[in-house]
Amino acid sequence: MSVIADNPAVVEQPTQPPNRFVLLMRTRPETVLAPALLVVLLFGWEYGVVWLNVPSYILPPPSSIVIALWRGLSEDFTSRAGYWLHAGVTLYEVLLGFFIGSGVGLLLGTIISQIRILEATLRVYIVAIQSLPKIALAPIVVLWFGFGLTSKVVIICLLTFFPLLVTSMAGFKAVDHERLELMRSLGANSWQVFWKVRLPSALPYIFAGLDMAAVFAVVGAIVGEFVGAQRGLGTLILSMNAQMDTAGTFSVFIILALLGVALNLSLRAIERRLLFWSGGSQRVIGS
Amino acid sequence: MDAAVADREPVSASPAGAQSAERGKMIEVSHLEKTFVTVRNERIHALSDISLSIAEREFVTIVGPSGCGKSTLLKIIAGLVPATRGSVLLAGTPVDRPRKDIGIVFQNPVLLPWRTVLDNVLLPAEVQGLPLGPARKRARELLEMVGLAGFENKYPMELSGGMQQRAGISRALVHDPKILLMDEPFGALDAMTREQMNLDLQRICLEAGKTVVLITHSIPEAVFLGDRVVVMSARPGKIARLVHVNFPRPRSIEVMGDPEFGRATSEIRRLLYGNAGPDPHFIPAGGGIS
Ligand SMILES: Nc1ncnc2c1ncn2[C@@H]1O[C@H](COP(=O)(O)OP(=O)(O)OP(=O)(O)O)[C@@H](O)[C@H]1O
Ligand SMILES: [Mg+2]
Repeated sequence: MSVIADNPAVVEQPTQPPNRFVLLMRTRPETVLAPALLVVLLFGWEYGVVWLNVPSYILPPPSSIVIALWRGLSEDFTSRAGYWLHAGVTLYEVLLGFFIGSGVGLLLGTIISQIRILEATLRVYIVAIQSLPKIALAPIVVLWFGFGLTSKVVIICLLTFFPLLVTSMAGFKAVDHERLELMRSLGANSWQVFWKVRLPSALPYIFAGLDMAAVFAVVGAIVGEFVGAQRGLGTLILSMNAQMDTAGTFSVFIILALLGVALNLSLRAIERRLLFWSGGSQRVIGS
Repeated sequence: MDAAVADREPVSASPAGAQSAERGKMIEVSHLEKTFVTVRNERIHALSDISLSIAEREFVTIVGPSGCGKSTLLKIIAGLVPATRGSVLLAGTPVDRPRKDIGIVFQNPVLLPWRTVLDNVLLPAEVQGLPLGPARKRARELLEMVGLAGFENKYPMELSGGMQQRAGISRALVHDPKILLMDEPFGALDAMTREQMNLDLQRICLEAGKTVVLITHSIPEAVFLGDRVVVMSARPGKIARLVHVNFPRPRSIEVMGDPEFGRATSEIRRLLYGNAGPDPHFIPAGGGIS
C-alpha cells in the first residue's frame, strides 16, 4: 500500500474510487452471486408453478411454504398442531442418541485400538457390520422398545455408534510413527503416550466421525418417528402428508434442515478450537 | 604432532586420544549388526560389524553416504531400535530400552503441532516429571540460545523448517541429559546460523561435560565439532576410518582456516568420494557442503 501512496502519479490521479459493489464483485463475487442465485431460483419457483399450473399438493410455491412455517411457529409451545413441541421432542432424541451412541463408539474404538489382539480379532466383524444398512432395523427396534423416546434413541445410537468406532480406530492406527518414537525416547509410559500423542493425533479422525454421526442422528430420529411414534417432526410429516398438506411438509423439512445445520455448526465451532493446528480439508470446508 | 591423525585400519575400540583414555567409557558399541526385514520379507543389511568406543565427554561426529545406516546406529544406541547382533553399553549398562539421561535430536524435528514451541521444548521435563518451574526457565534460555526468543508461544506450523529444527535441539537439551545424540541437527540451517549453532553447541557440551554423537553431511562441520570423526561406508554400513581431530577446545571458527583442518577434511572427502569425487585438494572456507 505504501508503495502506491508514495507514488505521486497515482495519488494525484483524479479517478473516483470504485464503489463498494464493484469492489465486492471484483474481489469476492460469490458473496453477491450466491444470494442472487437463491433469489432467482425462488422467483422462478414461485411463478413457475403458477405459470405451469402445478397443483399445490404436488409442488406448492415458496410463499405458501413460508406461510405454513409461520403458522406452525406461531402456535403455542405445548400445542400438538404447532412445530415447537415436535421439534423439541426430535431435538431431544437427536442429542441424547448422538451423545450416547457416539460416546460409546468413541470409547470402544479407543479401548479396542489400544489392545492389538482385540483389534485384529474384531476388525473383520466391525468392517462387515459397518457396511450393513442398520436403518432397516428401525421397525424391529420400535417393536422391542415401543413408540416412546427409547426406541428413537436406540435407533440413533445404532447409527452413530459405528462412525465413531470406525473413525477412532482408524485415527489411533494412523498415529505418526515418529511421534511415538519421540515419546518412547523420553521414557514415556503408555498413559502419557495416550494423552500427549495418541489422542490428539486421532482427533481429526474422530471429528470426521462426529460430523458423520450428526447427520445420521437426524436421519435416525425421523425414520424412527416414521415407523412409530406419538410425537416428533417425523410424525408431523406423516400426518401432513396424509392430508396432502405439501406446503406444511416442506416447512417441517426447513425446520429439520435448520436443526441439522445448527448441529453441524456447533460441532465445527468445537472443532475449530481443538483442531486449529490441523490444516486438513475439514478446516477448509468449515471456514 | 599432527593435528589430524587417521587410523589406517577400521579400528575397533581404539583409545580415543591420550587425554580421553583416562576418562570412563560412556558408549561402547561392539560388533553391532543390524538387518532389517521388510514387509515383503526382503533383508536389508544396514550395519555390519560396527565397533566404537566413546569416552565420557567425548564429541564424536559421524559422516557417511546417505542410507549407510547412520540414523539406524544412533537409534540403536538410543535403545529405540533393537540390534540384530552385538551389544551397546551405556556407562557399562546394556541398552535394552530408551533411557532418560539421553537427549535425541531426530532427523525430522517431530514437534507436536498442537503444542506451542515452549510446550514442545518442555515435553521431556513433563514426561519425566521434572519440576516445571525451573524447566520452564531453562527452556526459555535454550530457546533464546537457538535464536527463538519471542517464538515461545507460536505453534510449529508458524515456524520455518530450520526454526523447527532449532526448537527440536532445545527440546533435546531441556532435561540436561548426559548423552546427546543428534541426527543432522543443523541440516536445514543457513551457513551463518549453522556456524553460530556449532559454536553454541560446543560451548554447552564443554560446560556441561556432555558426551555427544552427532551425524552430519557437512565434512567441515564434522571436523570442527568432533574429537573424532567416524567415516562410514555404504551397503552394508561399516566404519571405514576413524579420524582424530586434536585441535584444542574451545575451538573458534578460525580453526577452519588451519592447514591441518584442510588436510583432515580432504582426507575424509577422499574416503567418501573415492578418487573420482570432487577436487580432493579443495580447502573449505567454512560452512557446510550439503
Ligand atoms: N524401519 C526400517 N525398515 C527397513 N529398512 C530400514 C528401516 N530403517 C532404515 N532402513 C534401511 O536401512 C538403511 C540405513 O538407513 P538409515 O536411515 O540409517 O540411513 P542414514 O545413513 O541415516 O541415511 P540418511 O543420511 O539419508 O539419513 C537404508 O537402506 C534404509 O532403507
Ligand atoms: Mg539418517
